[in-house]
Amino acid sequence: MSEILELADRVLALANDGEQLEVVVVKSSDTEIRVYEGDIESLTTADSQGVGIRVIADHKQGFAYAGSLDMEVIVETLADARDNATFGTPDEFLGLAEPDGIEPVELDLYRDVTVASTAEKIELAKELEAAAAAAEPRIQAVESSDYYDGAYEAAVVTTTGIRSASRESSAYVSVSVLANEGDDTQDGYGFAVGRELADLDIAKASVDAADRATKLLGAKQAPTERLTVVLDPYVAAQFTGIIASTLNGEMVLKGRSPFADRVGEMVADAMVTLIDDPTDARHFTASGADGEGIATRRNVLIDGGELRSFVHNCYTARRAGTTTTGSAVRGGFKTTPGVGTRAVSIQPGDVSRDDLIGGIENGLLVTSVSGLHSGVNPISGDFSTGAAGLRIRNGQLAEPVREVTIASTLQRMLLDVLAIADDVEWLPMSATGVSMAIGDVTMSGS
Amino acid sequence: MLDEAIVANTISTALDTGGDFAEVFVEDKRSSSAVLDDGKIEELTSGRDRGAGIRVVVGDTTGFAHTADLSEKGLGDAARAAAAAAAGGGGGTRTVSLTRQQAPNPNSVQVYPADVPKATKVDLLQQADAAARQVGDAISQVSARYGDSRRQIMVANSDGLLASDDQVKTLFSVGCVAVGDTGMQTGRESVGHTIGFELFERHDVTEIARTAAQRALTKLDAIAAPSGTMPVVVGPGGGGVLFHEACGHGLEADLVAKSASVFAGRKGEQVATDLVTLIDDGTMSAEWGAFSIDDEGKPAQQNVLIENGVLTDYMWDELRARKEGRPSSGNGRRQSYQHLPMVRMTNTYIANGPDNPADIVAATERGVYVAQLGGGQVNTTTGDFVFGMLEAYLIEDGKITTPLREGNLIGNGPEVLTRIDMLGNDFAMGSPGTCGKDGQGVPVGDGTPTLRVTALTVGGTAA
Repeated sequence: MSEILELADRVLALANDGEQLEVVVVKSSDTEIRVYEGDIESLTTADSQGVGIRVIADHKQGFAYAGSLDMEVIVETLADARDNATFGTPDEFLGLAEPDGIEPVELDLYRDVTVASTAEKIELAKELEAAAAAAEPRIQAVESSDYYDGAYEAAVVTTTGIRSASRESSAYVSVSVLANEGDDTQDGYGFAVGRELADLDIAKASVDAADRATKLLGAKQAPTERLTVVLDPYVAAQFTGIIASTLNGEMVLKGRSPFADRVGEMVADAMVTLIDDPTDARHFTASGADGEGIATRRNVLIDGGELRSFVHNCYTARRAGTTTTGSAVRGGFKTTPGVGTRAVSIQPGDVSRDDLIGGIENGLLVTSVSGLHSGVNPISGDFSTGAAGLRIRNGQLAEPVREVTIASTLQRMLLDVLAIADDVEWLPMSATGVSMAIGDVTMSGS
Repeated sequence: MLDEAIVANTISTALDTGGDFAEVFVEDKRSSSAVLDDGKIEELTSGRDRGAGIRVVVGDTTGFAHTADLSEKGLGDAARAAAAAAAGGGGGTRTVSLTRQQAPNPNSVQVYPADVPKATKVDLLQQADAAARQVGDAISQVSARYGDSRRQIMVANSDGLLASDDQVKTLFSVGCVAVGDTGMQTGRESVGHTIGFELFERHDVTEIARTAAQRALTKLDAIAAPSGTMPVVVGPGGGGVLFHEACGHGLEADLVAKSASVFAGRKGEQVATDLVTLIDDGTMSAEWGAFSIDDEGKPAQQNVLIENGVLTDYMWDELRARKEGRPSSGNGRRQSYQHLPMVRMTNTYIANGPDNPADIVAATERGVYVAQLGGGQVNTTTGDFVFGMLEAYLIEDGKITTPLREGNLIGNGPEVLTRIDMLGNDFAMGSPGTCGKDGQGVPVGDGTPTLRVTALTVGGTAA
């Protein structure tokens, strides 16, 4: 870590008088293994690095990046960023982050993933493939079994006094299976995630994949009707991520959030509490510092159904007349910091998933959705996605369903939450999942 | 881009431990973008990505390593890493002699975007902002984005192939928000081609902006889309996404080989109504998915996938083609030098049919007309696919009537192909797209004439 901080400092020393300079340096290494039919299909090993440079001068901002830490390239990148800044519109609120006196929480996110040998990693992917193939008699083939691990370190330094460095590791396995019965084939995936190989539970990954595939065997399109849906944790996490994206200070300032001007109002059923907490190390996306090098913190967005606050980076906070919530997010070194939640959860309820389902007379348990990017509009709030899952009749899981859509609006779905279970799942994404029932949703089918 | 002798040595190094095949892919990509939002030029970004990916194949195993260090040592280290990953058996030295391939360039760039002053690009954004806001007082927010890229690639492999390409793309997009009694609605339009700054001689940015703004305004009067199964007419251009999802992915040989496609084993069969001829064409001049060579060095091809309803072939990359003892179809693509190539579409389209588009609408008693599609997604195993409708209307008594709010449509690929009963003669290409597969995004184009599907499920909320 000290190496990338030193490099960032060297670049920072090139700052001109009267300009603010931010230097982000990223280094990562990855190993990716795919196994097929007991053999290695592909094995990738790689080191990557890059630098992103932001210049603010005369209240104008410019940015440039390069996938190289070569000093010659960096100098060229700095010149590009400086030149780009001359074309920006002057904006008095532009400015780099400044230390706000809050120290980043020390999170234990790094393990040395090279402790496990490549041979052990290959063996794990092979074991996963074999376990998935044997998990259920109707598993016809394993389409892929993947192992991944990587280490990532990043430094952010600015002429305004930010000096932040962090490192983390991640490891996961995923498996995709095909199940067959009669002339019907269904697929299913399972995964396990952690900070290193030793964290990974391949038994759960293989069983999940087999379950997902086999329980949809024989699925048919269902007739159109309005009913209660139960989102399983993986689907609920995706829904939660979309809701969180609308509570973004930038969306609010630019008139793109359907929840702007609604702070203090009940926007959700009273059982809904939504919290963004990147300081909780159980989140795959936990981080002590945000994309501007500011300490992350726990932000309550919706509390007992009441909209409490939006998330901000330094720029949107200044414009909104508030302080940053440590919510600057950036896509590696190639972008300027945007605004976003990093680790959101809908707080779990106190019923079990079985009891939650047991209380529903007529419903659909949604185990997968598709087309979230094409059928959900976080500005208008329109929500419509492809769905597959199991019918719920008189509190029992019944026949499988596919080729239907579920539709409502984000605003209504939050108010229509009927129950939240206690089955929190920590997933490889920026939201946790928990089973939740939502009423009055249109299932569109035959 | 790199000295040929160094490339040849790198391939030899990669084969030192006895690989069957080795390849060096070198990429140097420069990109620039400018974003206007909320009335301000927020930022200009310049980017540079340069490096090499080295692949070694031994039997069914591929080893891959990439590096941003293009020195002989950097390449050699990556070659040894790739070879170790493939865990080659034998050993021995192979000398590779490279022969440069000539491939016709699909287009000639008239104006390199890098030669255009940044102020000119910024001015385009401001023109678009002003034009969009003039469309109506209800337009409350406008964002506009200009982007260009120049991607120079070089591919060499142990078969002696040496080929290179210089791919220039220019893109402009506008997104608008309109506010009315029913809340906010959005409208988008984007234009992108594999050409230089002459894009703006063909397309007026104020026209792009007005189209986006008008879409947002129209939707202020939109009603909830219907729910249930009904006839769907898709306007010219937009329908390409439907075929990309309904059958395009299912015709990719890597998915077919693993039986993860509903179209596996169906070559030679009638899979669609005889109106349908589906073509994937990397040579389509200036289109978003065009190139002169693919990312394995193979010249772009025009491939007929479905001819008059009969499945004629799948799409192939080098690895899958080798196993089947046939040539690649020029569909081996990768997001960057940091990625392994796989089978990908290029520009995928349905050729013109016999019908007058007006007759197609007139012949539809009740249904939905989709003027602009959003993205989509497919499960190739079951064939179920969705695609979004960004601009859609009800069809009542054979006429296009009330605008509809956004939503997805869902169908099953093999079934939908047999339900296309009318096909127009008004072929058009759709908007530039990015196709995602296995975590990699590549630029693709698509197109169709107006067409009708007799039954598709519309995912709205209205009865």
